[in-house]
Amino acid sequence: MKDALVELQHITKAFGENVVLDDLSLAIEENEFVTLLGPSGCGKSTTIRIVGGFEKPDQGRVLFEGKDITDVPPNRRNLNTVFQKYALFPHLTVGQNVAYGLVISGKTDQYIRDKVRYGLKLVNLAGFEDRRIESLSGGQQQRVAMARAIVNEPKLLLLDEPLGALDLKLREEMEYELRNLKEELGITFLYVTHDQEEALTMSDKVVVLNGGYIQQMGTPEEIYNEPENAFVASFIGDSNIVPGKMVRDRLVEIYGVPFPCVDEGFGENRPVDVVIRPEDLILREPGAGKLDGTVISNIFIGVHYEMQVAAGGFEWLVQNTVSHPVGEHVSLDVIPENIQIMKRPASEDEEALALDV
Amino acid sequence: MKRQAFALPFILCLIASTVIPMMMVAYYGFTDRSGSFTMANILSVFQPVHLKALGLALGLSLISTVVCLLLAFPLALILRDSHLGRRGFIVFIFILPMWMNFMLRTMAWQVILERDGIVDSLLNFIHLPHAQIINTPAAIVLGMVYDFLPFMVLPIYNSLMKIDDSLIEAARDLGASSRKVISSVLLPLSVPGIASGITMVFIPSLTTFVISNILGGGKIYLIGNIIEQEFTTSANWNLGSGISLVMMLFILGSMAVLQRLDKSGEAELL
Ligand SMILES: Nc1ncnc2c1ncn2[C@@H]1O[C@H](COP(=O)(O)OP(=O)(O)OP(=O)(O)O)[C@@H](O)[C@H]1O
Ligand SMILES: [Mg+2]
Repeated sequence: MKDALVELQHITKAFGENVVLDDLSLAIEENEFVTLLGPSGCGKSTTIRIVGGFEKPDQGRVLFEGKDITDVPPNRRNLNTVFQKYALFPHLTVGQNVAYGLVISGKTDQYIRDKVRYGLKLVNLAGFEDRRIESLSGGQQQRVAMARAIVNEPKLLLLDEPLGALDLKLREEMEYELRNLKEELGITFLYVTHDQEEALTMSDKVVVLNGGYIQQMGTPEEIYNEPENAFVASFIGDSNIVPGKMVRDRLVEIYGVPFPCVDEGFGENRPVDVVIRPEDLILREPGAGKLDGTVISNIFIGVHYEMQVAAGGFEWLVQNTVSHPVGEHVSLDVIPENIQIMKRPASEDEEALALDV
Repeated sequence: MKRQAFALPFILCLIASTVIPMMMVAYYGFTDRSGSFTMANILSVFQPVHLKALGLALGLSLISTVVCLLLAFPLALILRDSHLGRRGFIVFIFILPMWMNFMLRTMAWQVILERDGIVDSLLNFIHLPHAQIINTPAAIVLGMVYDFLPFMVLPIYNSLMKIDDSLIEAARDLGASSRKVISSVLLPLSVPGIASGITMVFIPSLTTFVISNILGGGKIYLIGNIIEQEFTTSANWNLGSGISLVMMLFILGSMAVLQRLDKSGEAELL
């Protein structure tokens, strides 16, 4: 079997009493786009900094192409980082910033000039070579930081929320460019974000991190459609998470109403958590669906209307392109494929762990 | 209007303590003993004795500024790298001698350097020849470096401390060795501190007469000694003022050059 490009093995890292990463293991394959996703303070930057060599793990090893690099200093690692805080050199021009790594590795002047021009064009800053750093906006600085890392064509690119300061249109453009880089140059990406949409659109693999643990790891589809626990379900997109009882395989009872579903193997009459995405709830005439209720709020949020429906003792979040006025009686329905069953954490500890934000 | 009224006492103090004395120095500098206008005091700088003292003062203060810089930059780097808890302590240790009387500190060196003093005895002890350090220009440079080194270290340390760690990490990330980080990031970004450090070492060194008196044995004349003597022993205030005015030109000139480097005004921090 081929070695992964980067492998984190049983990494533990604490700052004083604060255990940030607890026995974290993660493999990144060559030319893979892996995204670390999680709430603020969950250790995303710490993970990236350990891979970059700026932070030493208390325990565990970092392997790069099968070699242990835990003790190798950052300047001798074949990777580059786009820092969360940009970290541009204020005494150098934009062009000199981008050229910094190339100058150090002793490239020819001609090569450097071409690369700098290429890098700045890539991040939509063509012609900015002679500008001073402090004359740039936050978003422009962020893009310079990205160009500065990319022009070195590292095996692995670490990006710590590189698109945070950009507006939507620019962000989409940059997302596209990053994907392109992956295809064209074969660069491997370890990408950090707390924006789930960004994570889902760009990644080959999403790693959901919380409380020092990996909550779930998988393709964007797996993460979105089959969240493994309540934390992942609530963190990725909006969702209705309700208690239920698995009557038997393929049948779950929610607020006393049986719903056919597609999940098996949870046992009989076991308490479970049920996840239903707001866009998967169907609104029918009263009596025509499974759970009758009343619309209690309705706001327009762009493409669709977001409504709350009180039914069965729960306020369901429903997204629909058809508007139903507040006060209207409706009935909720859902097709079996759109019901996601999750094991209820057995002990309170485990639950706290899963929900700890 | 009210606020300006509050400033009045300070403005009066300022006028009394700097503007008036400056005008008096200018008056004396451009007149002779009888009070009539003359350029002789100013031009007396070109007398061989004065030129020699000026040249020596420039030379020695230049040397001590360079020595201070060479010592201070690595020292400030070490201070920056030392961990937070120890940092304050080390800086404190460093500032401590500054609280001691300046004359006392200089005189201590006299004891250390004099014939049969501490250094000499030590050399003797390990069978090395006598070293005549006291009453040489070298002793004066040593005194200048010792007295003014903290004024070089602190502004450099201040500007090094302002450099965000993330810049160093970025440089390392892009392949820079520790040495390269210093030359391409830390050094250029501490230029404002270096500039004010140079100002604060070079100018007092250039005009000192105490250090050269004590460690030069009264035989080595710097321009400061000449001015001092004109005011005291020779009681020729006109000549003393004239040379002082020329010195002021030198100082203003060097400050103007350094000011352009020191954009962020590190000197204010001290
Ligand atoms: N150098 C440090 N010293 C002490 N605590 C630290 C240090 N660096 C990080 N931490 C702590 O470690 C935890 C994780 O920090 P980290 O920067 O990895 O979070 P993050 O997931 O990147 O968050 P964000 O999305 O806000 O950037 C936080 O609680 C933070 O306070
Ligand atoms: Mg972070």
